[in-house]
Amino acid sequence: MTITPDQIASHGLSPDEYSRILELIGREPTLTELGIFSVMWSEHCSYKSSRIHLKNFPTKGPQVLQGPGENAGIVDIGDGDAIAFKMESHNHPSYIEPYQGAATGVGGILRDVFTMGARPIANLNSLRFGEPSHPKTAHLVRGVVAGIGGYGNCVGVPTVAGEIYFDACYNGNILVNAMTVGHVRQDEIFRGFASGVGNPVIYVGSKTGRDGIHGATMASDVFDDASDEKRPTVQVGDPFTEKLLLEACIEAMKTGAIVGIQDMGAAGLTSSSFEMASRAGTGIVMDLDKVPNREPGMTAYELMLSESQERMLMVVTKGRESEILEVFEKWELDASIVGEVTNDGRMKIIHHGEAVVDLPVAPLADAAPLYDRPRQKPEWLDALNNAAPVQKTYSDWNAILLQMMGSANLCSRAWVYEQYDQSVGANTVTLPGSDSAVVRVDGTKKAVATAVDCNSRYCYLDPYWGGAHTLAECARNVSCSGALPLAATDCLNFGNPERPEIMWQFERAVAGVSDACRELNVPIVSGNVSLYNESVGSAIYPTPTIGVVGLLKDVSRHVTSHFQKKGDVVILLGGNELSLGGSEFAWVMEKRVAGRPPVLDLKLEKNVQALLREWIAQGKLLSAHDVSDGGIAVALAECCFKNELGAQIELKFDDPMMGLFGEGGSRIIITCERDSVTKLFDHAKKMGVPALPVGIVGGTHLKIGKSINVEVAALKHEWSNGFSNVVGKE
Amino acid sequence: MLAKVYVTLKQGVLDPQGKAVGHALGTLGFKEVEDVRIGKYIEVTLPDLPKDKAEARVKEMCEGLLANTVIESYRIEL
Amino acid sequence: MKVGVITFPASNCDQDCVSAVKRMGASVVSLWHRDASVQDVDAVIIPGGFSYGDYLRCGAMAAHSPIMAAVKQFAAKGGRVLGICNGFQILTESGLLPGVLMRNAHLKFVCRTVAVKIVNTQTAVTSRYKSGQILQMPVAHMEGNYFADATTLATLKKNNQIVFQYADGQNPNGAIDNIAGICNEARNVVGLMPHPERVCDPLLGGTDGVELFKALLQ
Repeated sequence: MTITPDQIASHGLSPDEYSRILELIGREPTLTELGIFSVMWSEHCSYKSSRIHLKNFPTKGPQVLQGPGENAGIVDIGDGDAIAFKMESHNHPSYIEPYQGAATGVGGILRDVFTMGARPIANLNSLRFGEPSHPKTAHLVRGVVAGIGGYGNCVGVPTVAGEIYFDACYNGNILVNAMTVGHVRQDEIFRGFASGVGNPVIYVGSKTGRDGIHGATMASDVFDDASDEKRPTVQVGDPFTEKLLLEACIEAMKTGAIVGIQDMGAAGLTSSSFEMASRAGTGIVMDLDKVPNREPGMTAYELMLSESQERMLMVVTKGRESEILEVFEKWELDASIVGEVTNDGRMKIIHHGEAVVDLPVAPLADAAPLYDRPRQKPEWLDALNNAAPVQKTYSDWNAILLQMMGSANLCSRAWVYEQYDQSVGANTVTLPGSDSAVVRVDGTKKAVATAVDCNSRYCYLDPYWGGAHTLAECARNVSCSGALPLAATDCLNFGNPERPEIMWQFERAVAGVSDACRELNVPIVSGNVSLYNESVGSAIYPTPTIGVVGLLKDVSRHVTSHFQKKGDVVILLGGNELSLGGSEFAWVMEKRVAGRPPVLDLKLEKNVQALLREWIAQGKLLSAHDVSDGGIAVALAECCFKNELGAQIELKFDDPMMGLFGEGGSRIIITCERDSVTKLFDHAKKMGVPALPVGIVGGTHLKIGKSINVEVAALKHEWSNGFSNVVGKE
Repeated sequence: MLAKVYVTLKQGVLDPQGKAVGHALGTLGFKEVEDVRIGKYIEVTLPDLPKDKAEARVKEMCEGLLANTVIESYRIEL
Repeated sequence: MKVGVITFPASNCDQDCVSAVKRMGASVVSLWHRDASVQDVDAVIIPGGFSYGDYLRCGAMAAHSPIMAAVKQFAAKGGRVLGICNGFQILTESGLLPGVLMRNAHLKFVCRTVAVKIVNTQTAVTSRYKSGQILQMPVAHMEGNYFADATTLATLKKNNQIVFQYADGQNPNGAIDNIAGICNEARNVVGLMPHPERVCDPLLGGTDGVELFKALLQ
């Protein structure tokens, strides 16, 4: 058989890359080998366009137990406890089939975390959809939210936080980024190593079917019959099996017989076997006839490239196989010894007695293409930055605030998170609706606070500062619960990297995130890159989503964003120059994204967050809420809703539009008892952090200076009902 | 007239429900069960139309709502 | 006191129930769905979750497991049985409680805290509450829409078998007569949709479930 140029192209490999394959193995590859190269050298597995820039991320720190390169990152939370976490995208599958695409996204990230030995304790997600009025949006929102809930709820992991935004740039490319946080004892961490020559390789979990073998990387002669029945299919999630797999893996890990374990995610058997051998510097010989399969007549190509869900590959100490097989029998899951670890550094795959793959492991990884793709600042950007953020003039601030609170990006997300089980596990301390979720570490007085964030409009106007703002805001949200941000995970969603302006956005955004990480001491420990998010030549806004995990040493010392009681003093902590560039105000009122995002002073940001955490730890604060999208007027309204308390606020500003709705980093609304005020101000002054007393909690109305005087009930009504404009009335 | 619509998962698409039910049947002693696949049966009542017209309409309903053709196929009986 | 907590494949509130029971000072016997006996326990909890993935019908496959045969014998002898959420569904599927839990009227999963009224204080789990007392408890389910035909409903009312009702305006799923939980005629088997085990710790937003477990352990 001869590999044709068509087959090479349909596998997404360039002629250059194919020459490199010929050089590497010294002969023409088999079709299965070509398939393996196509996935191992794909953007998804090899990070060939992004790797060169990802090196910029700070990834180390005394708190980091596992940085990028494993299934998930791990941080130390003291007392022998650790937290494993990661975020991953499932954008394209969710656009094709929203329920299953989102569900399998959750399934994949859960496995990435429990494969490290960690029991998942929280799920989060970051979602982006097109304009609310776009004909596809409601359908996609309903499917994605139901899929996330359908999977996570069944597995029994609470979904505790997230974000959901709408913008026309996502009309043809929605984003579904899912994150899982897990708890593991430091001496029970597992990694994906195929170590120990002679050790058996065991396949566990669901049977392999023809799921998700990509049409694009599909050679035309793989399916001789073009009938509907045989066409590659959408991956379907089976959360029931996932739950059994989770319990079985954790039970099997307790036996001490497992040497290494890895999820079969994208490119299933291929990436798991290659990555495990590559990390350990070993080889593997595997017999595909031993792989449990769901359909008759599957080829080696299909078995190696299938993306069937709920499967794991593990390497077990020789002689102790039966201990592992017994556990999986108890949980009624397939488990099969499919091969063993070798010392020749080669991947040898046998099918029907024939060697179908014989490739060197390390060179295949080392020789993966690495591109420093051309970068060019977009020509249109300067003009956009110099344009006015807002074009009209405004005066009726009460009506505007009501409109803002009911708008798609600011209204209540209860419609979304009420479809997620938020409290299964009986450890959720702060439910969705505050700045970050707080989840207790079972059996301790510690808790983790966690949040996801991205301001993609800022990133569009200035990817560097947008990236920095995103990291800073996510860390700020975690600090607002009182937790010390420990580390971050990222999901970098961008357009086509072969376009210089996209690559420029990527490089700048990574630089911005990195600098903020360094200043705030929040290293990146895991992540994922999703490129080619374009349709009809139009890219999404750069969307580098960030998830931060922080530690609360004493869970009893935490606060939420909600005003607590009448008479409490409202203080604005921090503060910086404001801007309407890329603001929610400009989007709601004029659908306009122009100007420059607000400046960010990372030193000030660091000090504001540190002081905030210190005060919460000392029990001096009653609430804390980050001032972000929509500016201070929106943030104050949000503080009022939960306990239906108004506030009287005195703020001085010349321009109400900027004063009420202008955005800027490093600002937090806090409340405290009346008699703590003086001490707090003295302390803030000593620390050089701006702090301004702005008002008192109480009453039925939110009053802000002379500009705003609205009933809280009216604001809450708009806010509570806003989402029905997206998904329709029930 | 009555249109009977059978919606089933396409061949090759994993059917978690069918898998779990097949397994449960096995543990209940029905060892001969080789496979179980679960589908939906839908009855659509229509005014009396020419058969080809009715079939075309029901087909539209299947494509538009009753079946998710990304993962499901359907069969119509009139 | 010894309480048996059953784990089915994909039960996921079993550990939450274990924690709640232990917090009350009782000991826990973990029961596995393939066990043929409930051992020497004083009460049995069938926890929430998605036994068998909620496939076919919620609770249908779990109702046919060996442990449920043992639970039926235990209940027939007057043993106390509490089914929460999926546990309630399993109790109706196995015939230990009348009626059925249908898909929520709005067809969506719902997780929120709701006000639940105590209607009957003469059961295995409500003896420490006052009649008419309102509890704040979270629900988290896709199929909690309780339904019974007119005859069954009349019997339930006549025998005072309605134990919990959602407060007016708080019905999260369309359940008939706002029914959130019921008991059998003998009052030793109780099922409810809300999750009392999630409100046994002030840190987690409430302690309204504490007295329910205390009553079960009396």
